[in-house]
Amino acid sequence: MSHLPPSRNPADRPLIRFENVSKTYPARKGAAQVAALSGIDLAVPAGTILGVIGRSGAGKSTLIRLINGLERPSAGRVVVGDAEVSSLPERELRNVRAQVGMIFQHFNLLSSRNVADNVALPLELAGWKRAAIRARVAELLALVGLEAQAGRYPAELSGGQKQRVGIARALATEPDVLLSDEATSALDPETTRSILALLKRINRDLGLTIVLITHEMSVIRAVADEVAVIDHGAIVERGSVYDVFTRPQAEVTRSLLAGEVGLDLPAGLAERISSDPRSGGVPVLRLSLRGPQADTPILARLARETGIEAAILAGAVDEIGGRRFGSLAVGLSPGPDVTARTQAYLAALDIPADILGYLPPAQDIVPDSNTEIEPAVAREAARVA
Amino acid sequence: MSPELINLLVQATLDTLTMVALSAIIGTLLGLPLGVFLATSQRGELLAAPALNAALGVIVNATRSTPFIILVVAIIPFTRLVAGTSIGTYAASVPLTVAAAPYIARLVESAIREVDQGLVEAARAFGASPSQIIRKVLIPEALPAIVMGLTLAVVSLIGYSAMAGAVGGGGLGDLGIRYGYQRFRPEMMLAVVVVLIVLVQVFQTAGERLARGLNRRHRRS
Repeated sequence: MSHLPPSRNPADRPLIRFENVSKTYPARKGAAQVAALSGIDLAVPAGTILGVIGRSGAGKSTLIRLINGLERPSAGRVVVGDAEVSSLPERELRNVRAQVGMIFQHFNLLSSRNVADNVALPLELAGWKRAAIRARVAELLALVGLEAQAGRYPAELSGGQKQRVGIARALATEPDVLLSDEATSALDPETTRSILALLKRINRDLGLTIVLITHEMSVIRAVADEVAVIDHGAIVERGSVYDVFTRPQAEVTRSLLAGEVGLDLPAGLAERISSDPRSGGVPVLRLSLRGPQADTPILARLARETGIEAAILAGAVDEIGGRRFGSLAVGLSPGPDVTARTQAYLAALDIPADILGYLPPAQDIVPDSNTEIEPAVAREAARVA
Repeated sequence: MSPELINLLVQATLDTLTMVALSAIIGTLLGLPLGVFLATSQRGELLAAPALNAALGVIVNATRSTPFIILVVAIIPFTRLVAGTSIGTYAASVPLTVAAAPYIARLVESAIREVDQGLVEAARAFGASPSQIIRKVLIPEALPAIVMGLTLAVVSLIGYSAMAGAVGGGGLGDLGIRYGYQRFRPEMMLAVVVVLIVLVQVFQTAGERLARGLNRRHRRS
């Protein structure tokens, strides 16, 4: 397999292609046949970072292992570069695998080898000369910032250091593709951030195509360009990270996103809300703001132009990959047709507003003045004044 | 004890060590590859050959379930074929080796099965062939456990060699039976037992030290 030039142009021929791939595990004693994946079509352009997310058991591990032939599909084709991985004999697969690095949740470092020798393993397997190995290993350890740990054994390293060794090992043979199998799931949040930053840097500097699987949306958000959501062995949603985060379509995507982008309501609120539009109930809408919309005083304009006041009940305004987005749950002031009028006004601005439910009318959600300012804050304000 | 008896004791100790060393070395040369094969040849494994695996398993079990004293007698024709005689230290090493090889194979097999399958998967992902996986992953990772297993095998062989001695092999067992028991020399019996205890202690301690030195799985301070 040749080294493909790094490219971010999605119009290029994709580096990895799944064509109608299915994987079924045959029935075993005491266990029925299991369909792990069905009808997977997926294209990964060279140089992109694709995040594959799903709950445990959704088929993520199987999917990533089809790319380097650790698993064979029951039907369909998997192509990496020029090689049809799904039909290559094992012996030839080994050459392809040298061009596809992999990192693992539990690092999978050899306990009997020190850091430098662990990184050297793929080079030994590929038949490199000793001197060339030594030079390449030094280079790789510098890349991941572990020069000082070369002689230490995995048992003496922290989780983050172990994963850095794993990354250096995976990059040893200068692969075109890096597969990341839940690489940060065993790490604490801070270490996760530094490992993800390293992956991003490698993608940028080396033009490496990365496919990572995870069950954490925060990981996708931090590094991926594109995301595929997988559920019960099928891809249910696929798109840019920004689109999927700001306009999730599938139910499973919404549930995976909950908590990540202000999509879930605070527990107290969620308890009181009902789908029954009782007369006098306060309608609660979810506004999804994208790009410049997120920085627009949208609720003030709504009030000025339609007379409908809206209270922010929950939400988040943030950015993904440098692009702004907001997700707000608002309660509307009472009045005739407030819901329809608000939706019509927002629709004209291309802002989706979904009805989440209704709060009991007794709840004074939209006060007529600022009487709801917390007493302590009010006292403080008075004192300062 | 008279100098003559001490000479006998020294000679018997050397004979025992010869039998144990010969059978341990040849038994390892046979048992190590056999153990590796048994650990990697079941259905779906690296060298998948389920039929051969099952056949070898039966042979290994049959050898291991035959009481050693019966094995010694039963394979006398084979011993004559290999050693030219059925009497003496070298001849006694033949049944000892036949008993040691399958025992070592099982110990090696269980040591190799303890290796984390994630490491095998990682090696495969980096393009390793089955023989590379065995040489660069399975054996090095299992080495501390293999060394502990071999220590166990050597200690067992010291005991077995006493039995082999009783049927014409010489060594400490022979000396203990002939002088200590049949000629009523309790001091000789005691000396033989003490030497055996010391031998076992030395091999056990050395084996444990070696295994600990090879084991990098624990953080050392």
